[in-house]
Amino acid sequence: MPSTSLHGASAGDRIYRFATTAFALSIPLLLVLLGVEVAVAAWPALKAFKFSFLTSSDWDAVNGVFGAAPAIYGTIVSSALALVIATPLAIGVAIFLSEFAPAWLRQPVAFFVDLLAAIPSVVYGLWGIFVLVPLLREHVMPFLADRLHLGNTPFFSGPAYGPSMLAAGLILAIMVLPYISSVTREVLMAVPRAQREAALALGATRWEMIRGAVLPYASSGIMGGVILGLGRALGETMAVTMVIGNRHEISASLFAPGYTMASLIANEFSEATNDMHLSALMGVGAVLLAITLVVNIIARWLVWRVQRQARA
Amino acid sequence: MTTTHTGAVAVEHYSFWYGPKQALFDITLDLAPQTITALIGPSGCGKSTFLRSINRMHDLLPGTRSTGRILLDGDDVLAPSLDVVHLRQRVGMVFQRSNPFPKSIYDNVAYGPRLNRSPSRTETDEVVEQALRRAALWDEVKDRLRESAMGLSGGQQQRLCIARALANEPDVLLLDEPCSALDPIATQHIEELLWELKKDLTIVIVTHNLQQAGRVSDHTAFFYLGQLVEHGPTEQLFTAPREERTEAYITGRFG
Ligand SMILES: Nc1ncnc2c1ncn2[C@@H]1O[C@H](COP(=O)(O)OP(=O)(O)O)[C@@H](O)[C@H]1O
Ligand SMILES: [Mg+2]
Repeated sequence: MPSTSLHGASAGDRIYRFATTAFALSIPLLLVLLGVEVAVAAWPALKAFKFSFLTSSDWDAVNGVFGAAPAIYGTIVSSALALVIATPLAIGVAIFLSEFAPAWLRQPVAFFVDLLAAIPSVVYGLWGIFVLVPLLREHVMPFLADRLHLGNTPFFSGPAYGPSMLAAGLILAIMVLPYISSVTREVLMAVPRAQREAALALGATRWEMIRGAVLPYASSGIMGGVILGLGRALGETMAVTMVIGNRHEISASLFAPGYTMASLIANEFSEATNDMHLSALMGVGAVLLAITLVVNIIARWLVWRVQRQARA
Repeated sequence: MTTTHTGAVAVEHYSFWYGPKQALFDITLDLAPQTITALIGPSGCGKSTFLRSINRMHDLLPGTRSTGRILLDGDDVLAPSLDVVHLRQRVGMVFQRSNPFPKSIYDNVAYGPRLNRSPSRTETDEVVEQALRRAALWDEVKDRLRESAMGLSGGQQQRLCIARALANEPDVLLLDEPCSALDPIATQHIEELLWELKKDLTIVIVTHNLQQAGRVSDHTAFFYLGQLVEHGPTEQLFTAPREERTEAYITGRFG
């Protein structure tokens, strides 16, 4: 670099540098423009409904009242449910792959786990409608409510329709599992050999080494993976829309249908006729964008922190 | 602790292979309690491989194998039935680069004692203090036991690793080039410490610093290309080596 600027770059160099710089800068610019555009479009609705846009459950396009609380609630609950289910599984898979699997098994299993991320969302949705939802309705929900007597608790009460928050959480869990698992696998494998040997040389068993030296060392990186998964879950649209039931209501029961922000936008965008409805959907988009941005920034920061620690 | 000193290591016709590559050839060597044995030789000649055989650190590497015997107080260390966890508590190891856990100083030292058993608070306090004292680190860290070990200097970290090993009350202490990343003052601290520790330990130290071998060890073993070329009292090995290759190495004609 210094030599080219000293002696003057050739025309080809200068064009090349200009082009790559322009491409590189266009990405953040695009993001900023997108944010501004969404915010501007959302402004009328946010101004009209103020806080009740976030807190009210009234979403009535005919009368022009828009409260997005059920969708915000549904997005957060379905994503949280997905993480609660997927995180232990994903960490288990990652530990198995990085610490216990024989070499010949490692690559194939890792490949198939990663492949879960490549399945199109709509295929998950179809599977959800034709396999998962009937399974929940006929077996899982009755089992939870009647056999385990959880039906009296608010979380598992009400009729078992099938399409539900539970279905959305489960399908999201399967969809985010490969993300959490592959980040976790990477941070586990990045734990220095010296740390492992330190534990072993002190008389730790394989498992004690993993629990006492490897996992703590990797913990913030794993956290980063979980939050990356959360980012995926928050924005997932198609599969969730197909199984969550799309109802504008907050219910504590996981058996009850719900809504998510992404599903709401996808469902209503084509039918939105008046300006306020459109603006309200943009408002939902703005909230979703803000949440996912914050979540992803936290994830990056956590992963960056663990990498810096590993280098030091 | 005891009047009859434990921690006698007897290596008999020991050979070791990494897959098809033989790294050690028919090594026979005794390591006596209350002595320091230095392992010297050019890099790649099998010193670390030998050291790591004594506490079976090779166990996790697939494709390795060995023949011969290594006896610790008469028990065959290499026997498949041997409890490796117990072995590693009796045979402590300190590595070339200090490797404290990113935990507090206290938790680093308490790591070993907390494995397998759950000592009480006061018991742990005692073990930690004693180990840090034996590692000549207590006075420097007693007011900051809860601070991260990563904040210590390189020399302090290495002494912390020694303290961590000592907390298991081992009979044997293996050190693989423990001073190679340290400055002369920190190195001197460790050497003085080893001198103190050998009163109740069998110590084996790999070093490619010949002055260090001369300063700290009672016995020296010279390895070359996976073979134990010569071993004997340090003084004799340095002043009157029997083998030509030994002489060539200690006079700096190769390696
Ligand atoms: N994990 C391993 N796999 C294969 N070969 C190894 C491994 N570790 C060491 N070796 C080989 O074994 C020989 C002895 O190595 P080492 O014991 O580390 O020597 P030293 O400690 O004397 O420098 C070297 O040739 C080295 O390349
Ligand atoms: Mg070595």
